[in-house]
Amino acid sequence: MTVLDVRPSTTRLLYGLAGTGADLTTHLATHGPLPVPSRLRPQWQEAVLHEVESSGLTGRGGAGFPAYRKMRAARRSGPGAVLLVNAMEGEPASGKDEYLLTFAPHLVLDGAELVALAVGASTVVICVPAERRAQIADLKRALGQRLSLPYERPNCRVKALPGHYVSGEESALVSAVAGKESVPQFHPDKSVGLRLGRQPVLVHNAETLGHVALICRHGAHWFRQVGAPEAPGTSLVTISGAVRQPGILEVETGLPLGDMIAAARPVPDVQAVLVGGYGGTWVSARNLSVPFGPQSLKAVGASMGAGVLFVLARGSCGLFETEIIARYLAGEGAGQCGPCLFGLPAIADDLALIVRGQPQPRDLERLRTRCGLVAGRGACGHPDGAARLVNSALGVFQGDANYHMRFGPCPGCRLPATAPVPSRFTRKVEPA
Amino acid sequence: MRLQVDPSACDGFGFCIDLLGELLAGDEWGFPIVKQANVPPELDSYARQAVKACPRKALQLVPQRA
Repeated sequence: MTVLDVRPSTTRLLYGLAGTGADLTTHLATHGPLPVPSRLRPQWQEAVLHEVESSGLTGRGGAGFPAYRKMRAARRSGPGAVLLVNAMEGEPASGKDEYLLTFAPHLVLDGAELVALAVGASTVVICVPAERRAQIADLKRALGQRLSLPYERPNCRVKALPGHYVSGEESALVSAVAGKESVPQFHPDKSVGLRLGRQPVLVHNAETLGHVALICRHGAHWFRQVGAPEAPGTSLVTISGAVRQPGILEVETGLPLGDMIAAARPVPDVQAVLVGGYGGTWVSARNLSVPFGPQSLKAVGASMGAGVLFVLARGSCGLFETEIIARYLAGEGAGQCGPCLFGLPAIADDLALIVRGQPQPRDLERLRTRCGLVAGRGACGHPDGAARLVNSALGVFQGDANYHMRFGPCPGCRLPATAPVPSRFTRKVEPA
Repeated sequence: MRLQVDPSACDGFGFCIDLLGELLAGDEWGFPIVKQANVPPELDSYARQAVKACPRKALQLVPQRA
């Protein structure tokens, strides 16, 4: 992955990156010392929480929840909480957290230690997919360098966990850290916090913590100087698909989608962009002037999600690409909840019939019904995401659906699929 | 009281749908859909029976949300 450049924009998290993982000395020279007193005082803790609250920082892992609320809840639950740094990044089309942890590990670790100290958490666990061996070694080395920092640090360790699509879902993460299966837990009352044994747990996305590190250095006012008012600051996005230069981009929120993908040098004729992730929303190329912010994206049924932008060229079949992704999502469920376990494969089968056969209007109707049937009926939001993806495809690629109903598979279906999923899902449609 | 289904525990036995068809329906795979979560007083005892009948303890009666 390369870092892309877009103007006008602001580099904050990615400021001063030299293309290698910065050591602690370089990091401190770039961003300045971490403002932590040598002895913790409640006034300082309160000031950190206040600054994060005033900054308006929202979580960058997908849900966009205000960061300070999680911190307040953890502080209220008393000392001894555990902070989980969520770098699981199960979205195949996302690479921003991995990138940030590789090239600016100390920024994330600064944020993690600040949050832990501010809420009175005694332990920080940095959760990384087990297959990223080199990154795990780098993080351990980075933690070693931090022993020299002049304040009393929380106990920090790196935990290698099985990586899969829902492994970053908060309750699945907590379960995995507890040494149990990495699957979501049924917790209908979201006001009751998650626990690791007896200890209250606080989960923050890695990028979110990088922003905390900068907010504590430069202040909430500085943070809010750029970006959409309801989700200010900058955000990391991963751009892939029909672009000549896929990569990671740091943008001010509120930038039009079209300006963002322009940085990745897209093909001349863009058909649509998948925004948010695989459980996200297709946005038609007609709507590329929509700003990348929660409220403006809501108007086109989308959300910022984890900052994934997957570009689809005109000539590709959006329904075919959606079928590939839906099949992948069907296989990535935790296998616990019936509506997801049976519904998602049924949805993928419906799409396969539409893409590969000669569908009737009733086939589309059944698919819509099934999407409505699975949403909201899982322990986590996985089925909701799949339904959102497919529903948006049926809207944006209505023209493709009409073609398929009249003539069967379209020329675009015979092209190789472009959505990044493991190769076993990318079977082409064979010519009849 | 209010009905809720723990979808991660439910294995789709369907006893609850037979016992409490007023409030629950089955989907095409046999898993319960909560048509109406609030249990009216006249169905209270039936709801309790349905909860008791669930082999997976997936159907639950919980207090109304505040």
